[in-house]
Amino acid sequence: MPSMEFLLATGIGWVVAVGIYLLLRGRTFTVVLGLSLIGYAVNVFIFAAGRLWSGTPPILGGAGVLADPLPQALVLTAIVIGFATTGFVIELALRSRHENGSDQVDARPDPPEPRP
Amino acid sequence: MIDWTAHLPILPVLLPSLTAIVLLLIGDHGGDTQGGHGHRRLLWARRISLGSLALGLLLAVRMVLDADGGALRVYRVGDWPAPYGIVLVLDRLGALMLLLTALVALPVLWYACGGWDAHGRYFHAIFQFQLMGLAGAFVTGDLFNLFVFFEVLLIASYVLAVHGLGGERLRVGVHYVVMNLTASALFLIGMALLYAGTGTLNLADLALRVPRVAGPDAALVQAAAMLLLVVFGFKAALLPLSMWLPATYAAASAPVAALFAIMTKVGVYAILRVHGVVFGADAGDSAFAAAPVLLPLALATCVAGALGALAAQTLQRLVAWLTVASVGTVLAALGLFSSAAWGAGLYYMAHSTLVVAGLFLLTELVAAQRGDAADRLVSASPVAQPALLGLMLLLGAASVAGLPPLSGFIGKLLILQASSAHALHATVWAVVLGAGFLSLLGLARAGSVLFWNVNLAQLPRGASGASPSLVAAALWLLGGGVLMSLLAAPIQRYTADAAAQLLDRAAYARAVLGPQGEASESTRPYRGTSGSGGAR
Repeated sequence: MPSMEFLLATGIGWVVAVGIYLLLRGRTFTVVLGLSLIGYAVNVFIFAAGRLWSGTPPILGGAGVLADPLPQALVLTAIVIGFATTGFVIELALRSRHENGSDQVDARPDPPEPRP
Repeated sequence: MIDWTAHLPILPVLLPSLTAIVLLLIGDHGGDTQGGHGHRRLLWARRISLGSLALGLLLAVRMVLDADGGALRVYRVGDWPAPYGIVLVLDRLGALMLLLTALVALPVLWYACGGWDAHGRYFHAIFQFQLMGLAGAFVTGDLFNLFVFFEVLLIASYVLAVHGLGGERLRVGVHYVVMNLTASALFLIGMALLYAGTGTLNLADLALRVPRVAGPDAALVQAAAMLLLVVFGFKAALLPLSMWLPATYAAASAPVAALFAIMTKVGVYAILRVHGVVFGADAGDSAFAAAPVLLPLALATCVAGALGALAAQTLQRLVAWLTVASVGTVLAALGLFSSAAWGAGLYYMAHSTLVVAGLFLLTELVAAQRGDAADRLVSASPVAQPALLGLMLLLGAASVAGLPPLSGFIGKLLILQASSAHALHATVWAVVLGAGFLSLLGLARAGSVLFWNVNLAQLPRGASGASPSLVAAALWLLGGGVLMSLLAAPIQRYTADAAAQLLDRAAYARAVLGPQGEASESTRPYRGTSGSGGAR
């Protein structure tokens, strides 16, 4: 039975790897997907910076162990900012597609479709 | 009567944000594709925006005078006690950066009111949000808060970078946004690592706790420091991460590029705060975490910037490369890790920001009089005002290349003097002087092509010269450099004091955390109050 730490660490690593792969693709859509995946992985990573707890509330006053509440507050802010910037980059990519006639990241014109 | 000076540190953040909200409520010219020249709402937006900036400039002067007394002004937002709540701290460095921002922003906005603000929507509101992000980054005393203000200034800069639209701006804009978002992800990772290792993100508290981290945790904290160096180095255009800057700045509209001259300095500022102070001499196992790479990379940045300036095909790209070269010089001063070098670096940074911003504005004034050739460095029809614009370019070139008696020379001289104790001082001398010489060559080439290699058969296009108010904005910025050499002694004393104040970590901690800050018992980094129930 692998530990929670192992599962979380490999999970974050895997999502980041996928995110980097997508980020290095040539089209803006996959780049945005890659950015979102990296954002998700980073959010979980911030959460883990307060160490992993199970069944412990981040609320003072109860009995027993408390989870660290600060990373949970930080991650909320990071989620909101990530959401806003993702929305913006999608809009920007659409606008660039509209103006340059291509959704390649360097706005090269698309090669002609091979005829079937 | 409440004492308004107690709220001084938060005013530079509040003023632009309230102004921006008012500007959003006023609205603008409603997306008229012909632009909103002369539109009633735009005229009001200009008045409000300029008025707010003038007020901001007065406020910044007041803050510099206040900070020059040597006392740290700490503002606890919501009156939460220090390491738990967010603090804003106003010290000499922060006040200097705020004043520099205001000095650059006011003429740039004045210039933009000459017509650029009508080429897109909500220019003034976004401009104010950008200033809010900059001011916040310069006053905050908390690493996560720094991230938030970075995001505020970046998201405003994304919009400003594509202001005026057009295929090239959008193409470069997508690169700029995607790279910045990736850098933001790295910022969060570095910050989370730092929190995991030390249990705090307050800069004063970090400076106390990083030295106590030893063993395997110290490696984690150092990894965090290097990740943050990547992020801040990206913003500041440190060499392997500087390739975005010339493309973005060369594609941006002139006032936006001029405003962005201060934006790269946010990266420099953050490197100074985090790697200079928190990971400075007293940081125990993590002392000088960034020192082995910072100086070599900074010198390489300097060389790359100068070479790029030689190779540039347009004047705007040339000035963008000069921005890179000047950032390299400033970071080299930071990389020397001494109080004298930091003071010199801050002086040079103030000078180069003003002059580079002025050159960006001047570029467009020249380009507007050269017809289709614009700012491309090719033979074309002569400009309408060769004497005025040529002399302005000469002034800017002499300042930025560091010819005596202008401020660039003084700044470089101070940096070179400060480097004499360092092991690599010969390299520093060679690179800083060599890069200055190469910049001068690049600018001399550009000036000769623009003003002398002209096709006299063609009459100047558009016989009318540049509008005096636009010239005045560029002259303000270029003249700021001259003024800095006239006032060199007091400014140099101020920057030296600012550097000395940065190194006084104990006083900073006492001011932010209170007298018991050093000794406070703490369970951080938090590992649970008892052994049972947790996953560990």
